[in-house]
Amino acid sequence: MTRKQRRATLIGTSLGILGLAVGLVLFALRDNIVFFYSPADIVEQNVAEGTRMRIGGLVVEDSIQRGEGTKVRFDVTDFSETLAVTYDGILPDLFREGQGVVAEGVLGADLSFVADTVLAKHDENYMPPEVADALKRNGNWQGEGAEAPHSETYGQGSYP
Amino acid sequence: MIAEFGHFALVLALGVALVQALGPLIGMPFNASLGRVAVPAARAQLVLLSLSFLALVYAFAVSDFSLSLVAANSHSAKPLIYKLTGAWGNHEGSMLLWTLILATFGGAVAFFGSNLPDGLRARVLGVQGLIGAAFLMFLLFTSNPFLRLDPAPFDGNGLNPILQDPALAFHPPFLYAGYVGFSIAFSFAVAALLEGKVDPAWARWVRPWTLAAWCSLTLGIAMGSWWAYYELGWGGWWFWDPVENASLMPWLLGTALLHSAIVVEKRGALKRWTLLLAIFTFALSLIGTFLVRSGVLTSVHAFAVDPARGIVILGILVLFVGGALTLYAIRAPALKVEGIFAPLSREAALIVNNLLLTAATVAVFVGTLYPLALDAVDGTKISVGAPFYNLTFVPIIVPLLLLVPFGPMLGWKRADILGASQRLAAAAAVSAVGLAAAWVWQNDGPWGAPFGIALGVWLIGGAFSEIGYRVRLFRGASLPEAAAKARRLPRSAWGTAIAHAGVGVIVIGIVGITSWRVEVIEALEPGATFEVGSYTLTFQNVSSYEGPNFRADKGSFLVERNGKEIATLTPEKRIYPVSEMPTTEAAIYTIWVADLYVVLGDQTGTGAWTVRAYVNPLVPWVWIGAVIMVFGGMISLSDRRYRVGAPIRAASVPSARARKPEEEVSA
Repeated sequence: MTRKQRRATLIGTSLGILGLAVGLVLFALRDNIVFFYSPADIVEQNVAEGTRMRIGGLVVEDSIQRGEGTKVRFDVTDFSETLAVTYDGILPDLFREGQGVVAEGVLGADLSFVADTVLAKHDENYMPPEVADALKRNGNWQGEGAEAPHSETYGQGSYP
Repeated sequence: MIAEFGHFALVLALGVALVQALGPLIGMPFNASLGRVAVPAARAQLVLLSLSFLALVYAFAVSDFSLSLVAANSHSAKPLIYKLTGAWGNHEGSMLLWTLILATFGGAVAFFGSNLPDGLRARVLGVQGLIGAAFLMFLLFTSNPFLRLDPAPFDGNGLNPILQDPALAFHPPFLYAGYVGFSIAFSFAVAALLEGKVDPAWARWVRPWTLAAWCSLTLGIAMGSWWAYYELGWGGWWFWDPVENASLMPWLLGTALLHSAIVVEKRGALKRWTLLLAIFTFALSLIGTFLVRSGVLTSVHAFAVDPARGIVILGILVLFVGGALTLYAIRAPALKVEGIFAPLSREAALIVNNLLLTAATVAVFVGTLYPLALDAVDGTKISVGAPFYNLTFVPIIVPLLLLVPFGPMLGWKRADILGASQRLAAAAAVSAVGLAAAWVWQNDGPWGAPFGIALGVWLIGGAFSEIGYRVRLFRGASLPEAAAKARRLPRSAWGTAIAHAGVGVIVIGIVGITSWRVEVIEALEPGATFEVGSYTLTFQNVSSYEGPNFRADKGSFLVERNGKEIATLTPEKRIYPVSEMPTTEAAIYTIWVADLYVVLGDQTGTGAWTVRAYVNPLVPWVWIGAVIMVFGGMISLSDRRYRVGAPIRAASVPSARARKPEEEVSA
């Protein structure tokens, strides 16, 4: 094999592997990402039932109802619209009424939502950025320091 | 007073870091003796930062609430150990630890690098000093840990309770030692570009540092994963979370660097690529620091953070990586290309290794940062989860793992693929047995799982086939002869085999937990009995008790298997009154090939409690495998050639199949 051929083999293999990787990434990005919606987004954009998504907002005070077994339902609001979320499982430690929450699952009819994952967080003062943004977008941000949502709450132990 | 002392040491360290940087980098071209300032400066920096860090730890130990950092992150009712580890359980303290580790690596080059050429050592320390100076400025101007609070509060706010944990106390130091350790590879790369020279001796110096950093990072990631597993109460060990990915990316690229540096060391090829990898590995370490510190990504591990500080880290990242890449663009084309090899050779195999690892890094990088980019472009919020990585990362990494056993079997320059395959026949046979056994054993798991087990067995078998081949076991050598040969093998050969076998152990663990997990979630009243896998659990009662700084509800579960009592598990639900924060303490019963994992959930109102129980097959192997990898790395690190440090190429320790020097042709 001449030097030229060797180089061609090398470059060919490299491009092949990288091309394959890029192809995989693009293919996976088409179908395997989950969009985030606030309750108001769902109404505004008329999102179809059965769509898999992440939702976020504040858990409405006094809305948590325990059903039989480990079933739980609660409302999530961004103060414009409210979603009725059902979930079967153990809620994360920091799940509280009046606090921000992000859940992943499937949208049902009439603003109902079946969550299969309720995202936990490690820090009681942490507000998921999506939730903060969604609240700010429709002018319902009530957190301390509307401009700098995180810096105000900073100091409760950040990730080391 | 002690705090002021620490503050003063920190400011002094910045001055020393500037001297350490400017002496060699600016001064040396004018006056060669200016470079000599780097070594004492690096030593002084290490001493100053150690003092500064000790001062901070002391402030935490004595609960000096006049320091605003201590007041915000500590509490007098906390056990002493968590007061101490709380010193780095927060942004400012952890960045101080970051700079201390940076200085430690610099100091190590200053203390142990006496076999380095003076110019190279001075430049390496110069670059290291520059990074140090940037981070010290960041620390002093945006996140000073020594700021006073007046008036001092009576007590502190307390440390986030889930950080009050032994594994997490030591996770950050190891993780940082890994992240920051790659700065040495970066500094070596920049120094080599400044000198315009990369030779096998250079690679021999770079490799142990990279290896040490890699070992730390591996251990740090494993500890973090273990912590998440038992502390978060979900029984998961990896969530493809941005914060986790932030540590995985430098690990993947660092692994590639580790392998490509071998080619530079042994064959003088792949120089430019190795330099590029060194730069990008450190870049990913900085990106990791940025992602974690800035809180720009939604993460299950996210804590309240300050985005403004993240921007500064991003600035440092752009400055250093941009600078290094510019230097690379100017200098790298002039590097001499050496060491030709056939498409089937160990060099080529290592290139394939590098390509696949790089491709895997790209996949993780896109998955981690695409949501951020999309949000910045049009405000669309998306999340990328496990399905994405299963479709991208897994198909890239599986071929790599399949090829791993071939690598060490192939000769340099031109390899005999048929011979290598024959030598791996035994490993293939064992792997087939593993496949059959897993197939028979599994009842209704996914069809791919037995193949995954076979892959793990193949990696372990392949790793030791290499040793077996080299000691001529079963090929004419008697057992004692083979043992004698095995003792004489270079430690790096053992290190390689052990580390590769560790990968196999991890693969088996991952396949086990992802394929055969059994999960039961139920609302139970005390006295109820339920089954999880082959275990029968009886929920006996829930009692309350007071801990040093928390209140807890403790559930008691009697575990039986085959009618025999084997354990009592006591998962807890704790509330830390200082921060009004609940935490879950899972109870785990391990038999090493499986974990029984029980979590006590909320009370459902009617006297029943939600209870979640898992049988997690093989999950301990994930961390055991990681520890085996680290052990392999450390064995390799103790190899003779790093201890004696032979700087001249001709004096390199000849390996079994290395060519004679006169056969080495440069292109």
